Amino acid sequence: MKKKSREDMNEKKLFTPVKKEELGIKEFVRPSVGYWKDAWRRLKKNKLAMVGLVMIISLLLFAVLGPQLSAYKYDQTELTNCYASMSKTHLFGTDAIGRDVFTRVAFGARISLAVGFVAAFISFFIGVFYGGISGFIGGKTDNIMMRIVDIFYSIPVLLIVILLMVVLRPGLGNVFIALGIAYWVGMARIVRGQVLSLKEQEFTLAARALGASKRRILTKHLIPNTMGPIIVTATLLIPNAIFFEAFLSFIGLGVSAPMASWGVLASDGIQGFRSYPNLLFIPAIFISITMLSFNFLGDGLRDALDPRLRK
Amino acid sequence: MKKYIINRIFSMILVLLVVSSLTFFLAKAIPGGPFTKEKKVPDVILKKLEEKYHFDDPLWKQYVSYMGNLIKGDLGPSFRYDALTVNDIIKKGFPVSATIGFLAVLLSIILGLPAGIISAYRQNFWQDNTVMFFSLIGISVPSFILATAFMYFFGLKFKILPIAGWGGFRYMILPAITLAAYPTAYIARLTRSSMLDVLSQDYIKTARSKGLSEFKVITMHALKNAILPVVTYIGPMIAAIFTGSFIIERLFFIPGLGKYYVTAIYDRDYTVILGTTIFYAFFLVTANFIVDILYAFLDPRITYEEKK
Amino acid sequence: MFKKVLIVVVALALVVGFAGCKPAVEETPKVEQVLTYNVGAEPQFFDPRKATGIPEFTMLLNLFDGLMRYDIQGQLVPSMAKSYDVSDDGLVWTFHLRDAKWSNGEPVTAYDFEYSWKTALAPETESEYAYQMYYLKNGAAYNSGDITDSDLVGVKALDDKTLQATLEAPTVYFTSLLTFTTYLPINKKLDMENPDWAKSADNFISNGPFTITKWVHNHQIEMVKNPNYWDADKVNLDKIIFLMVEESSTELMMFENGEIDFGNNPPLPEMDRLKDEGILTISPYLGTYYYMCNVTEPPFDNVLVRKAFAAAIDRESIVTNVTKGGQLPATAFVPGGIPDAEPGREFREVGGTYFEPYEPDKAKQYLADAGYPNGEGFPEFVLLYNTSEGHKIIAEAIQGMWKDTLGVNCTLTNQEWKVYLDNRTKLNYQIARAGWIGDYTDPMTFIDMWVTDGGNNDTGWSNLDYDRFVDVAKSTGDQAVRMQAMHDAEDILMDEMPIIPIYYYTNLNLIKPYLKDYYISALGYTDFKLAYIEEH
Repeated sequence: MKKKSREDMNEKKLFTPVKKEELGIKEFVRPSVGYWKDAWRRLKKNKLAMVGLVMIISLLLFAVLGPQLSAYKYDQTELTNCYASMSKTHLFGTDAIGRDVFTRVAFGARISLAVGFVAAFISFFIGVFYGGISGFIGGKTDNIMMRIVDIFYSIPVLLIVILLMVVLRPGLGNVFIALGIAYWVGMARIVRGQVLSLKEQEFTLAARALGASKRRILTKHLIPNTMGPIIVTATLLIPNAIFFEAFLSFIGLGVSAPMASWGVLASDGIQGFRSYPNLLFIPAIFISITMLSFNFLGDGLRDALDPRLRK
Repeated sequence: MKKYIINRIFSMILVLLVVSSLTFFLAKAIPGGPFTKEKKVPDVILKKLEEKYHFDDPLWKQYVSYMGNLIKGDLGPSFRYDALTVNDIIKKGFPVSATIGFLAVLLSIILGLPAGIISAYRQNFWQDNTVMFFSLIGISVPSFILATAFMYFFGLKFKILPIAGWGGFRYMILPAITLAAYPTAYIARLTRSSMLDVLSQDYIKTARSKGLSEFKVITMHALKNAILPVVTYIGPMIAAIFTGSFIIERLFFIPGLGKYYVTAIYDRDYTVILGTTIFYAFFLVTANFIVDILYAFLDPRITYEEKK
Repeated sequence: MFKKVLIVVVALALVVGFAGCKPAVEETPKVEQVLTYNVGAEPQFFDPRKATGIPEFTMLLNLFDGLMRYDIQGQLVPSMAKSYDVSDDGLVWTFHLRDAKWSNGEPVTAYDFEYSWKTALAPETESEYAYQMYYLKNGAAYNSGDITDSDLVGVKALDDKTLQATLEAPTVYFTSLLTFTTYLPINKKLDMENPDWAKSADNFISNGPFTITKWVHNHQIEMVKNPNYWDADKVNLDKIIFLMVEESSTELMMFENGEIDFGNNPPLPEMDRLKDEGILTISPYLGTYYYMCNVTEPPFDNVLVRKAFAAAIDRESIVTNVTKGGQLPATAFVPGGIPDAEPGREFREVGGTYFEPYEPDKAKQYLADAGYPNGEGFPEFVLLYNTSEGHKIIAEAIQGMWKDTLGVNCTLTNQEWKVYLDNRTKLNYQIARAGWIGDYTDPMTFIDMWVTDGGNNDTGWSNLDYDRFVDVAKSTGDQAVRMQAMHDAEDILMDEMPIIPIYYYTNLNLIKPYLKDYYISALGYTDFKLAYIEEH
């Protein structure tokens, strides 16, 4: 009798010990990847973002190679051939003193793209950290820091730029400094607002409970979660920066002639747009394309960098 | 909260003081003055003018006298326009700028907010793509091109609206739309991005599973949290738009306050520079103050107490 | 039968009736005599004694009437003055005023003129253009405060209708000076009771073809025909609206839309199209566009260098391809349009040209002689200009010309307006762009700029012979002597070339063809006294 029940039990095995080899088959969990690798992977999948990236790279190539490959120099005048229409010899036509517009637009790309990048970088690095710290610490420190922001916002940037122009040599450097002064404040306020709200949320509490240092909370938790508004703000201020530079050049505070950025080319084209629309629309289209590319890329970046969308 | 408000009011006054002082010294530091002209003013007259306006006094003395008048509300005469004082300029120009500004802000919020919300809600559908397309136009086309295009098509070619000028509602339409283009696009994008963040949060799932209508979910739960960055942007935007845009007012021939921000510096019209700057600063700090108070209402967890 | 007669009668009646309905004379619809003129800027000073800008000049000359006025043929005719006598020594001018009224009905008297001129010179008035009155005896002394008794100034009202002016030196062109705004009369009673009268349209009293009815700051000024004007019969316009549109592309669109009849600021790139469409009006303008050199420092301290740079500029190409406004290449400093001593001849005609508009070979030779063959060793230098679309492309074009012909490298620096002026005055530049519009129709307004330490001499150039010639021209009333002295002075100026003339200005305006009988002065302002609008 006893022998039979043990055999019975052996036949109706309910649990069988799993062998080690079998463990591998059931591995559905993906290998853990780093934050950045994951972000890049997700970015690649986003078609529009890739288009934007490709466009930006093309524009950069255009800026670097365009003037080299062109048969003309950007400051080469030809007074007998002013305001020529678009043709095979002059792809985009010529301007008021016979200079090739294609070469000038390519050259202008260097200045405008530089201006755009610098504006984005400065607003990002200075603005994000300033705003982050201000919002994070809060209280009196926040009050003082934000009042300093108010002061920067209110003082006419024009005055500062003229002073810079007098004190330093005129040129692109002044524009970068002026951009720096003008654009970090907007970003700082946005980030500070976000951080004020985020620091009271549960994940922050959790991080603190786990013993994370203040710096770690700020950089690894709060700021990545503000990426959305940060990126949107940064990409949106690029065309703003390009036109600000044009405005400065118009008043005499930007690059010196005959160098010209897209913004300068566009604002020069305004007066003659009825007779020679190409002089206005070509640089304007380039600015718009740059805008679109940065926006697509920016959207993609935002989606890619958002920790909550990790799959 | 009350303590916070009082604190803020003090700091606002401090900011205005600092801004006016810095601007004063900056303006005096750059070369050239209101009487620097191509046809030189004879030395005799130049001396008399400088005496009259105390330009020959030591700088600190000029500063003290200016600040003294400022507190009494007297912003001084204009050096460029004999017939106007700075108070006149602001009194006449501000209502004009504010009228178009108000229309533009209204337009941008009424169009931008819902556009952003719908766009986020229907992410990647046709609504999203349409909104994105128009907002990209709004931010990538510079205002002077937009203005010129409007003036040319609606004014000159089709003659349905006046080209430029001031004198009735019809004159306000094109400038207000041009002025609103960028902010509308910006608000739409910002709202969309913020809403996307919020809509993927757990508490939204909770609200939905509680059986709340979608409308309530969006307006009462999602929007309230998503609108924070939008409010941050709108505050200073209102201050800037209400005090006038140089480009718009110049192109559309509108007698507002905007042009002075640039021409006063160009003319070295010190009192106008200071007057317009302080006016703008006042608006700005007030706007930012209101924004900060709104933060506390929108997100009750936000506190302005110092972290311990 | 009766029916037939009735029909014929009715038919006849109808025919006669209809024939009679046609009016004997066609009523011509009167076209509205309202002119909209874009003056382009808000006035700085609206008091004739202090006004300094051309927009102000235009408006004030239509509001006021001086002793003399230019008619539409450009002839100087007595206006407020019926006639005048000059003493033998040319120093005492006596004007006999006609009967005329202010816009409020009060009579205009010589006392108004005397008061006006004296207060213009008074130091307390701080008139930037007071120097226009230094021709009066003791004018300069009174203005500088050296003397304080205004009775010593050379203007006196002998009675209500007689004004006597005593000059420092015989000044043949004194009558043309009298058309200038600084010499216009103001209502003495008004100014004494209400010194701020010039700041608004409310209490404004004037004696000219029009009176001011509305002034919306930074927007527009409205004037209507002045019924109390002594010559009101000749005034045709009922109303003039002066707009202050600053943006040239906006002005052009409003002009094309019929909202503006007369615009003064056509955009440069549109020149060709506007000329083709026949709406661009080109008028003479007494002005020269030039580059000034800092002669106190290298490299422009060397006259050969300056001459090289001058000869290397292709002026024809610039006015044809770049500025396109009918300007003329300048081969001297004083522009055409100024009469010389001999009636019927112009100063420019008598003086001739000093060089060809473009001499590239000579330019290379000059530079080689200066020690820089083909530009070798020539230092990089800076061309300074103030920001404005026109200046920029001219500078860019010339930069190219200098590089191609001389092989030199020039850096362009545009500066903000006042910083630029400041740097020019402080001699903080090497070569800079400049322009000068004459103040009155005599060569002296151009010649006396370059005297040693002259207020407007920003070159650091000094030549005692030049100064001597200028003194001679200023101290005599003999036109032949004066003109010769000024020619001699210009000879020296062009020989040493501290300034490089480029072109003579033209006054470019957009004017509707139905506006007639306006007068555009070569000094830049426009007189609408006789203007009218034709049917169109």
